[in-house]
Formats: sequence, C-alpha cells, structure tokens
Amino acid sequence: MTSYNASVPIYLQVVHSIKEKIATGKISPGDKLPSGRELALKYTINPNTAARVYQTLEQEQLLFTRRGLGSFVTEDKSKIAAIKEEMAEGILEEFLAGMERLGISAEEAIEMLKKKK
Amino acid sequence: MLESKEITKVFGKKTAVDHISLKLEPGYIYAMLGPNGSGKTTWMKMAAGLIKPTSGEMYYNGRPLDVDSRREIAYMSTEPYFYSWMSVADVGKYYQDFFADFSMEKYRELLSYMELTEDMKTKALSSGMMAKLKIAVTLARDAKVIMLDEPLNGIDLLARDQIMKGIVEVTGPNRVLVISSHLVEELETVADYAVFIKQSHLIEVRGLEELRASEGISVADKYRQIYANIGGAF
Repeated sequence: MTSYNASVPIYLQVVHSIKEKIATGKISPGDKLPSGRELALKYTINPNTAARVYQTLEQEQLLFTRRGLGSFVTEDKSKIAAIKEEMAEGILEEFLAGMERLGISAEEAIEMLKKKK
Repeated sequence: MLESKEITKVFGKKTAVDHISLKLEPGYIYAMLGPNGSGKTTWMKMAAGLIKPTSGEMYYNGRPLDVDSRREIAYMSTEPYFYSWMSVADVGKYYQDFFADFSMEKYRELLSYMELTEDMKTKALSSGMMAKLKIAVTLARDAKVIMLDEPLNGIDLLARDQIMKGIVEVTGPNRVLVISSHLVEELETVADYAVFIKQSHLIEVRGLEELRASEGISVADKYRQIYANIGGAF
C-alpha cells in the first residue's frame, strides 16, 4: 500500500490494510509481523504512527506481543472470522450509502445485485 | 529539545522571521510548511546557529545555543556546497574531517540506498542525484537535530520514495527532524507535526493525525485554508 487518503488518519488506513491481509489469508494466524520500524519503512509512514497501528491491533486482540520476540497474529480463528464480518459489513454499508445518494432504495439495490451476478 | 523564543531576523527593510516561538520535542518529525520566502530557511539557519537573530533567542535543551550544542545540529541547506572537483567519496571524507558524529558506514549505506556510487564526480551529477547526495551526507551524521531544507526539490518520484524511507530510517526517540517543503503532499504520511509559517509569522503547529481525526482534512487542505483561503468540496 503506497497511496493513502490524506484526510483520514493514516494509522486507521494501515490497520485496515493489515486486517484485510489477515482476513484474506495473506497473513496467517501465528505469523510474525514486522517490527514497528520495519512497518514504518514498508509503508513509508511515521514511526509513531506505526507504533499506534500495533497498539490498535493489540487492543482489538488481533495480535499479541512476545517480549523480545516481536508481534504475532492471533491464532484465535473466531477473531479472524469477526474481522471478515466487520469488513464485509463496512463494504455493504458503503454500497448502500452510495445507492441511497443516488436515490436507489435498498430493495431496488438488492434487485440490481441479483441481476448483476 | 530545540526551542526558539520570540526569535526575529531583520534583513535591511525586510523582517524575514517575526517573533517566532516554537518548541520542538525529540522523537518527532516536523514538517515546516509555507510558500517560498515565508521565513522557513531563515528560521532553520538561526536554529542551526548559522545566522544570528536580530532579537530573541534559540535554546537547545534549555540553554542558549552555543558552540557545543551547534555540533549536535545538522542542517542541509538548499544551496549546493561541494567543490566541483570532489567525487562522492571525497564528499564523505570532507564531512568526516568536519563532523565528529559523521559515520562513513552509514554514509555508504545511504549511498547504496540512493543508488549513488563513490566514484561519481559531483560535477557530473544531475540535480536529482546532487539532492540525494546532500541528503545522504547529512543523514550520515549522528546529530540530535536534523534539519533538511527543501530536500524534495527537483527530485523525481522514485527518488522521493527513497528519500522518504531514508528519513524514516534515521528517526529515533532522541532525535528531532525538521523538513521544510512547499511540496506539502510528500510529507503527509511521514511527519508528526506540521508547522505553518506565513509571511514571517508562525501561524499554527498541528499534529497531522489529530488534524485528520478531528477535522477530517489533510495537511494540504489545511495549507490551502491558511494560505489561499479556499477549501470545500471543489
């Protein structure tokens, strides 16, 4: 990820990107994550922002830190399923909000989806 | 760590910096923003001890800037400052003679990062390569305060990425970085704070993430609000 929406906190965007990698299986349960500094370099972000990314993911119990060893992705499958659900929910809401702006009702939108395949 | 109190610089009839009080804390990257001629360079040169303020004072760790504290401050100016006969290797040796905190090892590491080689002659470097060399030689110092004046000027996209990574690489909890630029977008993801300077005055210091979270706007949007009084959806 190298392009950001500069009007949205960068740490949230990186959190989202990592969650997506976990949800899609690009990063597996138990995988070691890069150090904060490596993350900052990889994403070309401020190191304090990178630290906040890990704090946030840790608060959400999606990763855990082993002192001296680094950060690892949770092995709790239910947590991973929950991220997937949360992300799907987000995409749906965005979709419905976009439709509403166009004056298309949820029912009409569902019909359109069915036709779309 | 580095603080200016009511610092002012007058050149003839022009006040370049007008009573700027600004405190920079270690562990953070500051983007010093403002159009050309707003006073960024003059402030940085005073902070580096290269020019004397007309009034007000610069403090380093609570004490007025002196010869000792100046050694801990690295400043990269916008002007070219190498002799044309020098090779990239000579530039490193020259710096090593001048600065006790210069690391040849770090310099070589940064050179390879910037895709420069030691045998290159400075007079044969393109403007982008020269800019990268200046940054490499400045970042190779183990200075507590590193100030880069317009490091992204005349640099292509790929080199900018290398430079931004180089900047991230040298950050640390005990170090202050100050980067001046009128290319606001380049610093959006990298800086902690934006320092807005307009017509010799300090307008505002804002945390970038805080600005995005509380107002839902980018630094570039804020820049437009401050300098052009335009904003909104279009």
